[in-house]
Amino acid sequence: MQCDNCKEREAAVHLTQIVDNSVTTLHLCPQCAAEKGVQTSANVAKFPLSDFLASMGQGVGAHLAPDDSSETCDFCGATLKDFRETGRLGCPHCYDTFESHLRDRLRRLHGSSHHVGEVYLTSEPAGTNLQEREIGEMRKRLKTAIETEHVELAAELRDQLRALE
Amino acid sequence: MSFDLSLLRDSGISWLDASGPESGIVLSTRVRLARNLQGLPFTIRTREDDRAAILEQVLGAGNASKHLEQATLYRLDELEPADRQLMHERHLVSKELAGLEGDRGLKTSAAVLTNGELGVMINEEDHLRLQCLRSGFALADAYNELERLDIDLGAALPFAFHPEFGYLTSCPTNAGTGLRASVLIHLPGLVLTKEIAKVLQGLSQVGLTFRGLYGEGSEVVGNFFQLSNQTTLGKSEDELLDHLGKIVRQVIAYETQAREVLRRDAAMVIADKVWRAYGLLRYARSLSFEETMNLLSGVRLGVGLNLITDLSVYTLNKLLVFTQPAHLELFEGKALTAQDLSISRASYVRRELEADAARGSQ
Repeated sequence: MQCDNCKEREAAVHLTQIVDNSVTTLHLCPQCAAEKGVQTSANVAKFPLSDFLASMGQGVGAHLAPDDSSETCDFCGATLKDFRETGRLGCPHCYDTFESHLRDRLRRLHGSSHHVGEVYLTSEPAGTNLQEREIGEMRKRLKTAIETEHVELAAELRDQLRALE
Repeated sequence: MSFDLSLLRDSGISWLDASGPESGIVLSTRVRLARNLQGLPFTIRTREDDRAAILEQVLGAGNASKHLEQATLYRLDELEPADRQLMHERHLVSKELAGLEGDRGLKTSAAVLTNGELGVMINEEDHLRLQCLRSGFALADAYNELERLDIDLGAALPFAFHPEFGYLTSCPTNAGTGLRASVLIHLPGLVLTKEIAKVLQGLSQVGLTFRGLYGEGSEVVGNFFQLSNQTTLGKSEDELLDHLGKIVRQVIAYETQAREVLRRDAAMVIADKVWRAYGLLRYARSLSFEETMNLLSGVRLGVGLNLITDLSVYTLNKLLVFTQPAHLELFEGKALTAQDLSISRASYVRRELEADAARGSQ
């Protein structure tokens, strides 16, 4: 498809705009798109901040986790790369394996990563080590939240722990 | 395996009977819950024997639940493509479970245990997709029934649940409550008054989304929209349902207003549109699916505005479902070419409208 602007190059950016209730679609080549100031993931990805800072010798990237797309779930063998490609997790354990990625992802998707709906109660009687385990896990999570300065989550967890204890 | 939809309550179309609240504007309400079993991979990574085990476990729990006493099991993997298509057209199973989703194909042990209104899809994207369909605008009713089934199944099966993330699902977009509620709504007034874009834009700002008649990825035809919650985590089931309910009530109010405007400012234009649609449906000899949907939308608007007084909404609802390819092929008893489908569709619509008119004049 030809670029709507220069009518020369192949269009690669398809821009749909809604103005006054009418939908228009523009097909632009990358050059014309850039001239019109259209930001695409393609031209944004060329200047990732971490690369820029790394090249300044700031070494900010060093504090970030290394590329972990090969991180693998012990239970089902799914990798983070699999998840990124299919949008599907491999098994319930993946939620623990990729916990921090998922927490961010869930926040972006839902505005929260914290379930507040119906709680699934297994047939085990209340007060068994299930609850203790839960409290233990929440303590761990609270610690991580404080360390990583996730203030909101930490506050939420603290309140929930109080309620549980 | 025998394939007989007449085993279901009203052959699985009771949700079409227009008996529910607001059924002039809202066709149906559907609520579903996504659940998975602990200790097994999600469907995408299951092997044949995993899926057989999942089917067996869910069947055991489902058959023991009094809420599914009248339910029938349909093994999609043992059905002909035309029958699977039929079940999908009747909204009993998703496109994915029916193996009609291009790249993914049919899975072994894909099944549905349902009484036509309430049921559970097995080995869908998630191990279990519990769903309840109701006529009209009936979110609370549908969810209450579904919740009871969820409790029964959850007591017998080990659901995957995480203290922070809630019910775990294959796709993180469903995690938390696993609840997706959708309302199938007819909005010709907003489309004709060109207010629809504003309404649809508004939806995304309040955490809702819309789809076509047949769910995810389907196009909007005949001014039918499925409005549903976008997020499933961070709000309780009641909050999600309440929010959707409030917005749907608002949309119904806008639609009613738009129809008033049409009646006031464009009465003749609308009456002409409505009766032309009726005339075409009543007498045409060949109708495409899309044309049929659009004409049915016009006629339905006519019924809503009391321009057409002796036509039942149930007949219109039935026509929506029964004019689809697999249903027509079932009536004709053979596979049909696109051209023959259009001819068969026109003749079916004609017969139904004639029959309805005859009932009305009695």
